Parts: sequence; structure tokens; C-alpha cells
Amino acid sequence: MVDPQRAAITLAINGAEQHLEVDTRATLLDVLRERLDLIGAKKGCDHGQCGSCTVLIDGRRAKSCLALAVALDGSSITTVEGLADGDELHPLQAAFIDHDAFQCGYCTPGQICSAIGMLEEARAEGAELTPEAIRERMSGNICRCGAYPNIVAAIAEVAE
Amino acid sequence: MKPFAYERADETARAVSTVAGSHGHATFLGGGTNLVDLMKLGVATPERLVDVTRLPHAEITETKYGGLLIGAAVRNSDLAVHPLVRERYPVLSEAILAGASGQIRNMATIGGNLLQRTRCPYFQDVSKACNKRAPGSGCPARHGEHRELAIIGHSEHCVATHPSDMAVALAALGAEVHVHGGQGLWSIPLTDLHRLPGEMPQRDTILAPEDLITHVELPPLPLARNSRYRKVRDRASFAFALVSLAAAVEVDGGNVADCRIAFGGIAHKPWRARKAEETLRGRPATPDAFGAAADAELADARPLRDNGFKLLLARNLFVRVLTDLVDG
Ligand SMILES: Cc1cc2nc3c(=O)[nH]c(=O)nc-3n(C[C@H](O)[C@H](O)[C@H](O)COP(=O)(O)OP(=O)(O)OC[C@H]3O[C@@H](n4cnc5c(N)ncnc54)[C@H](O)[C@@H]3O)c2cc1C
Ligand code: SF4
Ligand code: FES
Ligand code: FES
Repeated sequence: MVDPQRAAITLAINGAEQHLEVDTRATLLDVLRERLDLIGAKKGCDHGQCGSCTVLIDGRRAKSCLALAVALDGSSITTVEGLADGDELHPLQAAFIDHDAFQCGYCTPGQICSAIGMLEEARAEGAELTPEAIRERMSGNICRCGAYPNIVAAIAEVAE
Repeated sequence: MKPFAYERADETARAVSTVAGSHGHATFLGGGTNLVDLMKLGVATPERLVDVTRLPHAEITETKYGGLLIGAAVRNSDLAVHPLVRERYPVLSEAILAGASGQIRNMATIGGNLLQRTRCPYFQDVSKACNKRAPGSGCPARHGEHRELAIIGHSEHCVATHPSDMAVALAALGAEVHVHGGQGLWSIPLTDLHRLPGEMPQRDTILAPEDLITHVELPPLPLARNSRYRKVRDRASFAFALVSLAAAVEVDGGNVADCRIAFGGIAHKPWRARKAEETLRGRPATPDAFGAAADAELADARPLRDNGFKLLLARNLFVRVLTDLVDG
């Protein structure tokens, strides 16, 4: 008999198709971390409040702790693990290193994925990205270490 | 989280009949940013989720009257940046962008945003009493933590506020909500969708569980080109409103020709300020007149022990936003 509380789904994760059977209660964050060993996205609050679980779903930034995996059947997911091209870092990853944009690093994968989504949103809108605008658009990502000035500087450099 | 079954709806009528036939055990799922959170907290315990995000209500189209028809499955961020919204209803764009964060707005739908539940801390904590979550158990907020809760329209049974920013702009704009329900297709003004708590705080809106919001319609409203949303909160961004204001105004020869105004953060529903609008029409567009209009609207306010500050905040915000709008 088919168990209604389980579902077979397909996700394209960092370019590779994954066929998974999931509990309907599983969030994307739990599937990434516990099933696929992709532990870049972090569980900070598990309630949408901190941004450390941010990934790109079909190219748009989203909080994976509030996304049910079952509802994403057929989607493409990009996590921080999928950003570099071999040893070639994504420009935002490189900028975070150049600007010392972290201390403990816990929020960093979420900050970087969020920034990638944010830059694309601003590009599509034709919006100018002043430091003030970057801060506002990145307000869903909390940094417990307070590395904000350097995070903004890193993003501003890539925005140019 | 309690176990539940999931299905992705591809036909509106079927989604409605699934929920209608479930005796309250099934519920619609939008972006999940509020519902999944409440399921984790044990506040919501559905046995079946009917995902309505793939239904064919995900477009924004111009109506033949020159208004906008917004599908309930449209994502908050897409509505906020839509060129026609920015041009004709800037207050709506600003209200959406003042809410939540970029990631959440990408996930959240229009229908889900309207039906998000209160952020009252007792409602979200299943170890506490709460008339909204457990009818008849009491309202600890009334004499407890209520700094962020209602100052007007509350009852002895509940003093919660509605948390949506978007709904405040829609209330000011005179939006209409289209519903596909157990009783067929119908529509109501957005200002009649949400209820005051009265004796039934468990009911946020007039909708039955199987009533699906399919669209929100905006009427043509030329004065809305001169409109604004302003939100006051405890930190500069990513926080719910203490008080907010959506306003549109048209001035002719120094007098207010017409206006649309609504408050957020002060009541169980987005608070359309009709008394203030009435007071202002035909009057000089001056800070004194704005203050008098705010006083007329807020005369019925009954702040609680710890939220009296909201009254002056609401008045000051009203005067500030209207003055800014008139000064251009
Ligand atoms: C950290 C955080 C901060 C936030 N800050 C703000 C803020 O500052 N301002 C603000 O306005 N909001 C804020 N929000 C709330 C956010 O806007 C809502 O969670 C979101 O809009 C809900 O939309 P959804 O599609 O995810 O709804 P869901 O969570 O999927 O659903 C919410 C409710 O609506 C019902 N529903 C969904 N679609 C329909 C439909 N078409 N017809 C009938 N019923 C339906 C569901 O059954 C459920 O009861 C915040 C949320 C979080 C997590
Ligand atoms: S204010 Fe309303 S939601 Fe809050 S505890 Fe009282 S009854 Fe519950
Ligand atoms: S873990 Fe998802 S926002 Fe905090
Ligand atoms: S670097 Fe430590 S939380 Fe941001």
C-alpha cells in the first residue's frame, strides 16, 4: 500500500538529478543536510528568521527551513556547494574572503546564496545598489558575529 | 510536526472539494512560510495539505476597467516589482517590500499573505492559554505581553493584531477579494474579509476552511499614483509593524479633493480609516487638519496597559505621511 505520508520526488541539486523518497514533513533544509550530506546551508532558527538556511530554488533565494521538500518536486536547487567551478570560486565567495566578510562563518553560506539571489533581483528591476539598499535587501540574513560592514563591502564590490 | 498527507492541486474545483469534504482536517498550502512555521510549533495540525501554488491563478493582468487582477498564487516579490503596481499603486509595492525579507517574499503567495495568522506570542506557544488557538481557554495577552497588540476594535476575548503589511495597502486601495468556495464563486471587499475578534477570536476572517482565494482585484484609482506606505517598527528592517499607514491623497487648490487611508498594527484587521477620510475631504491639506482627522479616527481607541504609545505614534505617523504626500 502507498503510504500517504511519504512521497517520491525528483530534485535537481547543484545540477545533478536526485530521486528521493521523503517524509512529507521533511523540509528542504533537512533533506539537504541529513539525506544528501550537503551541510553548507545551516539550521539557525528553523523558523524563517535568520537566513542561514538560504539556498536558491529555481534561481530565486528562499529559506529552506520553511520549504517542504515534497512541495518542490521538479525544482532545481543550488546550494553553496554548487557555486564554485572546480577550484574557481564564485565571485561572491572570493569577495567574502577578500573582505573578511565573516568571523565564525556560520551565516556565510546563507549570506552568499542570498546575495546571489539579491543581485539578480536588483538586476532584473534595474535598481541601483547603494550600501543602504544592500543592507535593506539583505536584512533577512542575520550575522551573529556582526560582520555586516564587510559583508556589505563584499557584495558592493561584486555588484559593480 | 504531526504526520500529514500532501497533494498538489491542479484544478481549483477539486482543491475546494477536497478541503470541503475533509471535515476541517485538510487545509490549503501556499508558500508555507506561515503554515509550515505554525505546524512546527504545533499550532496548526492539518492531516492533509492541498498545495494551491500550481493552480492557474498565478498571473497579474490588467482588467478592462483599468484596474489589476492579481492571482492568489502570485509571489509577493513579483507583485511588489510589477511595473503597473509601481506606477499606479506605489503604496502596494512599498507595503510588500516593507514586510518580511527578500527570501520570504519570494516564497509567500498573495492568498497566504492575506490569511497569515497573528504574531501574538501566546497564540504561537501551545503551552499557553489563548482564545484564538483554543477557544474558551482565555486571553493571557490582555494583562500580559501586549505591547505590540491592538489598541482599537479589540474585545475582552482577544487583543491580537493582523500582521500583514500588504493587506493594509489593499484595504486603502479598495481591493476586492475573489473566492472559489463550497458555495461557488463570490467576491467581497478586502475590508470585509478580516473580522474583529468579538466573541469568536478563533475566526480571523469570514472565510470557511474550503473557501479558496483565487484573485485580488484592484479598481482603477488615479489618486493612488500619489500614495505611500510607512511602517514603524522596533528595528529598521525585518520586523513586524508597531504601527503602519497606507495613504493616497489628491489635493486640489490646497484642499483635499479625495483620499484613501488605512492603518496597520493597531487592530485585528487592516484598519481602513473612513472617519479620517470623511473628515478630510474638502478640508485644507494642512498638518492641523491631518491631526484632527487622525483624532477623529482614533477617538474610539482603547489602548491596553503597555501599548498606549501606539496612539500618539499612529497620530504622528498619519500627520507625517499625509504631509509628505501633499508636499510631493
Ligand atoms: C521571519 C518572518 C518575518 C515576517 N515578517 C513579516 C512582515 O514584516 N510583514 C508581513 O506582512 N508579513 C511578514 N511575515 C509573514 C509572511 O508575509 C507570511 O508568512 C506570508 O505572506 C504567507 O504566505 P504563504 O503563501 O507562505 O502562506 P502559507 O503559509 O502557505 O499559508 C498561510 C495561510 O493561508 C492559507 N492559504 C494560502 N493560500 C490560500 C488561498 N489561495 N486561499 C485560501 N487560503 C489560503 C493557508 O491555509 C494558511 O492558513 C513574516 C514571516 C516570517 C517567517
Ligand atoms: S490576544 Fe488573541 S491571540 Fe493573543 S492570547 Fe489573546 S486570544 Fe490569543
Ligand atoms: S534556519 Fe531557516 S531562516 Fe533560520
Ligand atoms: S560570521 Fe558568525 S554569524 Fe556571521
